[in-house]
Amino acid sequence: MSALVDEELLEHAPHDTSLPRVAPHRTGEITQHLRTPKTLWCPGCSNGIVTRALIDAVLALELDPDRTCVIAGIGCAGRITAYLNWSTVHTAHGRALALATGAKSADPGLNVIVVMGDGDCVAIGGNHLIHAARRNIDVTAIVFNNSIYGMTGGQMSPTTFEGDLSTTSVYGNVEQAFDICELARAAGATYVARGTSYNYLRLAQLIAGGIAHKGFSFVEAMVACPTYYGRQNGVADPAEMLKVQKARAVPVDEFDHDGPRLRDRYPVGVLHHAERREYTAAYADVVRRAQAESRG
Amino acid sequence: MPQPRRLVEGNEAVAEGAIAAGARFFAGYPITPSTEIAEVLSRRLPQVGGHFVQMEDEIASIGAVIGASLAGAKALTATSGPGFSLMQESIGYASMAQVPCVIVDVMRGGPSTGLPTEPSQGDVMQARWGTHGEHSIIALVPSSVAECFSLTVEAFNLSEAYRTPVILLSDATIGHMREAVALPTRDELRVAERGEPDVEPDDYDDVMSTVDNIMPRPALGSRYAVHVTGLVYDRSRGGVPSTGTPSVAEGLGLYLREKIYHHRDAIARVEELEMEDAEVAIFAYGSVARSARAAMKWARRQGVKVGLVRPITLWPFPMAAVDHMAEQVRTIIVPEMNLKQMSWEVQAAVGGRAKVVDHGRIDGKLIRPEEIQNLIRREFYYHHFEETA
Repeated sequence: MSALVDEELLEHAPHDTSLPRVAPHRTGEITQHLRTPKTLWCPGCSNGIVTRALIDAVLALELDPDRTCVIAGIGCAGRITAYLNWSTVHTAHGRALALATGAKSADPGLNVIVVMGDGDCVAIGGNHLIHAARRNIDVTAIVFNNSIYGMTGGQMSPTTFEGDLSTTSVYGNVEQAFDICELARAAGATYVARGTSYNYLRLAQLIAGGIAHKGFSFVEAMVACPTYYGRQNGVADPAEMLKVQKARAVPVDEFDHDGPRLRDRYPVGVLHHAERREYTAAYADVVRRAQAESRG
Repeated sequence: MPQPRRLVEGNEAVAEGAIAAGARFFAGYPITPSTEIAEVLSRRLPQVGGHFVQMEDEIASIGAVIGASLAGAKALTATSGPGFSLMQESIGYASMAQVPCVIVDVMRGGPSTGLPTEPSQGDVMQARWGTHGEHSIIALVPSSVAECFSLTVEAFNLSEAYRTPVILLSDATIGHMREAVALPTRDELRVAERGEPDVEPDDYDDVMSTVDNIMPRPALGSRYAVHVTGLVYDRSRGGVPSTGTPSVAEGLGLYLREKIYHHRDAIARVEELEMEDAEVAIFAYGSVARSARAAMKWARRQGVKVGLVRPITLWPFPMAAVDHMAEQVRTIIVPEMNLKQMSWEVQAAVGGRAKVVDHGRIDGKLIRPEEIQNLIRREFYYHHFEETA
């Protein structure tokens, strides 16, 4: 997990002054927040990079670890719950945002971070995504998008690019891939960002921006799955896959929104930021009104 | 002081029972014939500082209930057959992950969309076995408006005591029926509170729970860094997933079963009427038990010895009461609004010691007392009945 955090890379990471400042923490500080140094993620998998970015973001914001919980679904990304040493919930497949809605509503002071894979988030859990975004509940959802079902061995997902190969699209995928940031924005998310595991510190900053935002924040982390996506699609080298991310990622203010998207290039950075009344705050008003009426 | 008697609908009594039991979170999705529970709670929960949310579907509803319970709130949802089917996966999750919560299923005719406004008891086996895999469950069946209230309180108490989902199996008749009742006040009730485990965070391991001493799980965001998963987990290592050790999987599975089965005589509640000298028993639950009681009274007036065994707890199956009944009577009549779902269970428990007569209806109509009376006449064919059925 430490290989990518070299000083050279950090100096190249652009700093966005509108976002919280995130400095990388020492590996020793990071591992204090892990239950175990061992993961079941494959060699070359980017999930560890995003995990580190998440820990860096939480530390930078000085969140109380006791009051921070991570709720995740099923799939490779969901296994983060067994590694992080905070309150963690490994839910049923696709249901992380539903559980998060309940947990945040029952305890609005809790910092709720949701981790999902792409299949988890926009296939089986897609309905929960659009409604959590619509409610604008103060939860930070991070999607580890590797464009494939890794845990089950490489089947196509809703973010597999058209034409790509998988064990269930052996003639090439005929379906259009979801732009899940666009979906989240259209559904009402008030903070939408995309980052890459190539640009680790920038990703940590985007995650921190999402956690600091009051409302539903959505961060898509592009991750590489060399084992199941790369090998089937001719880029099995993890470093090469990260370079592909670098080549495709275009800062949002330089991005041509009328041009081709996703497979060839995608905007990164804070794609959308708006202020709108947050759900649990709005409900607290309901409680005040209901209690005043029932007393009156 | 009890509240004054007033006309209360069954579904409203469930909602008030939930508030009295300390429930402070409801998530649900509108569905006939359960919707009034959501409507009442949408008004009542914020009055007591609780939270009501209408979710995007029933899968989300049970998910939010589990999340709220993990965050420390007593939580419930209410639904009917189609929604109950959608909830099954997460009911299994709550069972596996030991999350206390209450699921109210106001049964209607099925399968599928079926008979949305008509009663049924077609979900009694789904309540027991609807989710996949070996698991145990508690299910209670009210047969009056007063019981809609008291059994909702009981459902919460059991769910907290045994850290398990508890299902309240109402039906369209019980849910929409109005009766004059004086709902108890909070201080007249025994309400179980969740509490925190009696150990410091570093010492907390769920393995310290035994079937006789089930510790509460600390809430998310407390000093305890809990891990909750639907995978097989190792209770002796902070509940981390452990799928490669058969003895861990077996140990967890047996623990989850025994923490309820070991207590089934304490959990199982049965009402017995006129059973002291009964030669024939009626085994009936929920709304059908009301017709069974009328038929039993008719039989007694006619001079034949008929009793009623009414399970209030359907799961775990009230084995002791059925065993006792099987030793005593020659015939057990099992009327139910399904085709033999509990009758098979009774037959298996009776094991040939008594004749089991089933009577099912699946047309969305209540079983009338006369139907049961006709079955009683057949068992006493040698008796001269003054009144016709």
